[in-house]
Amino acid sequence: MDKHLLSINDLSASEAIQILNTASELSKISDGPMKKLPTLRGRTVVNLFFEDSTRTRISFESAAKRLSADVINFSAKGSSVSKGESLKDTAQTLQAMGADAVVIRHGASGAAQRLADSGWISACVINAGDGTHEHPTQALLDAYTIRSKFPDLTENFNGLKVAIVGDILHSRVARSNVLLLTKLGAKVTLVAPPTLIPVGISNWPVEVSYDLDQAIKNVDVVMMLRVQSERMAASFFPSEREYSRGYGLDLARLNSLNSSTIVMHPGPMNRGLEISAESADSHKSVVLAQVANGVLIRMAVLYQLLGGAALTGEVSA
Amino acid sequence: MATVLDAGEIGRALKRIAHEIIEHNHGLENVVLLGIPTRGAFLGTRIANFLGEIASPVPVGTLDITLHRDDLRMRPPRPLLPTNIPLGGIEGRDVVLVDDVLFSGRTIRAALDAIGEIGRPRSVQLAVLVDRGHRELPIRADYVGKNIPTSSNESVRVHLSEIDGNDSVEITAGA
Amino acid sequence: MKYTIKNARMLDGAVVDIEIANGVIANIGNGINSGEIIDAASNLVIPGLVDLHTHLREPGREDSETVETGSAAAAKGGFTAISAMANTFPVADTAGVVEQVFRLGQEAGLCDVFPIGAVTSGLEGKKLAELGAMANSKAQVRIFSDDGKCVSDPLLMRRALEYVKTFNGIIAQHAQEPALTVGSQMNEGIVSSKLGLTGWPAVAEEAIIARDILLAEHVGSRLHICHLTTAGGVDLVRFAKSRGISVTAEVTPHHLLLTDELVANYDPVFKVNPPLRTENDVIALRKGLADGTIDIVGTDHAPHPTEDKDCEWQSAAFGMVGLETALSVVVKAMIETNLMNWEDLVDRMSIAPARIAGYSKHGQNVAKGSPANLTIIDTAATWIVDRNRLASKSKNTPFAGMTMPTQVRHTFLNGQLVLKDSQIVQKSNGGSN
Repeated sequence: MDKHLLSINDLSASEAIQILNTASELSKISDGPMKKLPTLRGRTVVNLFFEDSTRTRISFESAAKRLSADVINFSAKGSSVSKGESLKDTAQTLQAMGADAVVIRHGASGAAQRLADSGWISACVINAGDGTHEHPTQALLDAYTIRSKFPDLTENFNGLKVAIVGDILHSRVARSNVLLLTKLGAKVTLVAPPTLIPVGISNWPVEVSYDLDQAIKNVDVVMMLRVQSERMAASFFPSEREYSRGYGLDLARLNSLNSSTIVMHPGPMNRGLEISAESADSHKSVVLAQVANGVLIRMAVLYQLLGGAALTGEVSA
Repeated sequence: MATVLDAGEIGRALKRIAHEIIEHNHGLENVVLLGIPTRGAFLGTRIANFLGEIASPVPVGTLDITLHRDDLRMRPPRPLLPTNIPLGGIEGRDVVLVDDVLFSGRTIRAALDAIGEIGRPRSVQLAVLVDRGHRELPIRADYVGKNIPTSSNESVRVHLSEIDGNDSVEITAGA
Repeated sequence: MKYTIKNARMLDGAVVDIEIANGVIANIGNGINSGEIIDAASNLVIPGLVDLHTHLREPGREDSETVETGSAAAAKGGFTAISAMANTFPVADTAGVVEQVFRLGQEAGLCDVFPIGAVTSGLEGKKLAELGAMANSKAQVRIFSDDGKCVSDPLLMRRALEYVKTFNGIIAQHAQEPALTVGSQMNEGIVSSKLGLTGWPAVAEEAIIARDILLAEHVGSRLHICHLTTAGGVDLVRFAKSRGISVTAEVTPHHLLLTDELVANYDPVFKVNPPLRTENDVIALRKGLADGTIDIVGTDHAPHPTEDKDCEWQSAAFGMVGLETALSVVVKAMIETNLMNWEDLVDRMSIAPARIAGYSKHGQNVAKGSPANLTIIDTAATWIVDRNRLASKSKNTPFAGMTMPTQVRHTFLNGQLVLKDSQIVQKSNGGSN
């Protein structure tokens, strides 16, 4: 990771592990009533959200505030952006405001990279989800959550078996998780109806299965993805009911899992569609831990990007 | 390069510090040691071992001060080092911070802030193997292994067998 | 105005003097010194290039290109005839609009501009435009295309193919099945799966090509396939030609050189319709152009203002400028790779397009009595593409910074010198179809 976090490809395996380790250290400090750490005092972090995502924004906001950064929330919905102001103009405004880091969520794949590469802005750019491309901090928090449940995994994930189930084609969470988990040595199987599997999948370092019951035998992690109902209108599957029967994690499938297997979901969940209420609320579910770990991971990423020498070469007083 | 302390001298200095801690605190009932990683953590463990031999075992832990440093923006980001607070915490205890070299005092200033995150000790004391002077803050050590006058462009290197393979303190002329 | 081009190298290697008078090549020989002397310095003289696929944006989007700036870009690129696509505002779907574009081309006087008429009214794909009126106008339109959009309704396509037979017209199809390309952003394949950009499958192009080939056979009419990009498309055209179907095909310079791997950084300068494809497709296109399956190179010169590319990929406009780089890119893709020789290049970029379009004053061999539409090119020179030095009003070239072979030195349009030492010199008195 150089200056930005745009894709899991920006991280080597050891850099990813270092972020997980940093988050582990931060978790020791944050146990109990946590005061602000002074680490990023005087730094400005802008949350630039072109799509609604309250939970991701709050997670980044709380991470930045715990490190004493100043936080500006720039929601593009209902602002000048929805009135036709371009990404470029918005970026230049943020530059003029002195942003040190921009956390961007955008509906267009590659928007974070455009922001980083274009020269419109000198701030660090953190991708908080771009279209159907990537969501790297989600993958990092998922890896952190997995590691916390499987203490044997410290420096790599060799031997870990993960099934990622659902709308792979449109999922930025799946793309980032495939890159990170395989980089760390895990064996990943993607499970979905063929309509929701990208055409270029043969080049990914994964197995593909159309059969959920087979695929979740003897896996350590079942990661369910959100399925959006508008996919049904576009004939990716015939009906919600048929999808749920084939690819939903219901009670019977939950009971077929190994005792140590955990169930993950990036949220928000469609209970009754891709995951039943019993599965979502079972002791195997680590969904709430994922949310809590999100703040730690985002603190770790902010620390890695902003905790070092200032880009301008300025020296603290 | 000149060696100013050898292994034997380091051992004797730490043992003397252990005695002084007992004396100063009238016993060890309320004492907790916190070493500042990397080398302060090893020194903390060694002092705790001496205390165990001389008197009684004391809780010993580590305290990383990276997130509290005021010079973060002058260097590339550093990985965080372990913080391990002993069971029982530090609330109301007499905390002895342990570090290898006392120089500007900024590390100790950061350590005092870091302690503030964790609890409210009755007192905080400071033990260092070497005090080389050139303080930039009103901070002093309660226990000093050796005072070594230096010029500000010299550097003091502490080597410990746990990490460096041997015990010694060296002074190197600056560039 | 008389000129003598001294020391011009012909395709056969002979170095000669060429006398130009009254718009034609008056004489070819040695020791000629009449009129203004242009020293070709042993550079190659070839017939002026002909582009059947240019977007000039006038009327309507003069902020990105005008007929005049596009003509200047053409002259700098060695072109003496270009065909202006119909997707302007208003659409070139009436005699009035095509005559306006034709007249603007004549006034600019840097290149013959031949308007292409829309197939359907307003490019809406619903009913035929007044094809006959455009054919009989002063612009004498013979090529019709909804380029930018596909004539996807099979019945309407059949009717269009049939109708243009009355005046020996040709339908140039933008082959893109709309239902298979809703929201499409780039070639569907390995790269799109990684980038999370909506895929544009090759089959969306090939399905229309296959359908239209069969329609053209059925009604016995002429079909031209614009900007072929897939290996499967090349196979389909090869099949059609083997059946004796009257189909011609075109490839753009950028599809001969660039692949979808370039999309990886999301720079919209590589966003184009149809999209950049895979290396396998590029190889098939080169082979198809070399063996004549693909008849011509068409630039698909598509100017866009800066703001339409200076944004995120999804919001960016499709298209690349190409007139000023076309020759060099084809040399790089086809001649430097030994897939074609210079005679082949002259055929694909001048003779064949002029023949398909019926541009009788263009695409003639350099010979006594031929119209003096010529370009003189330095095949030993190299140059670096600088987007700020393009004559086109728009700067959206994907080749910026690349070192290119072959530089255009001088261009003659209907006997007038319009490009001298790679600089636009003057307006000619115009030419005609």
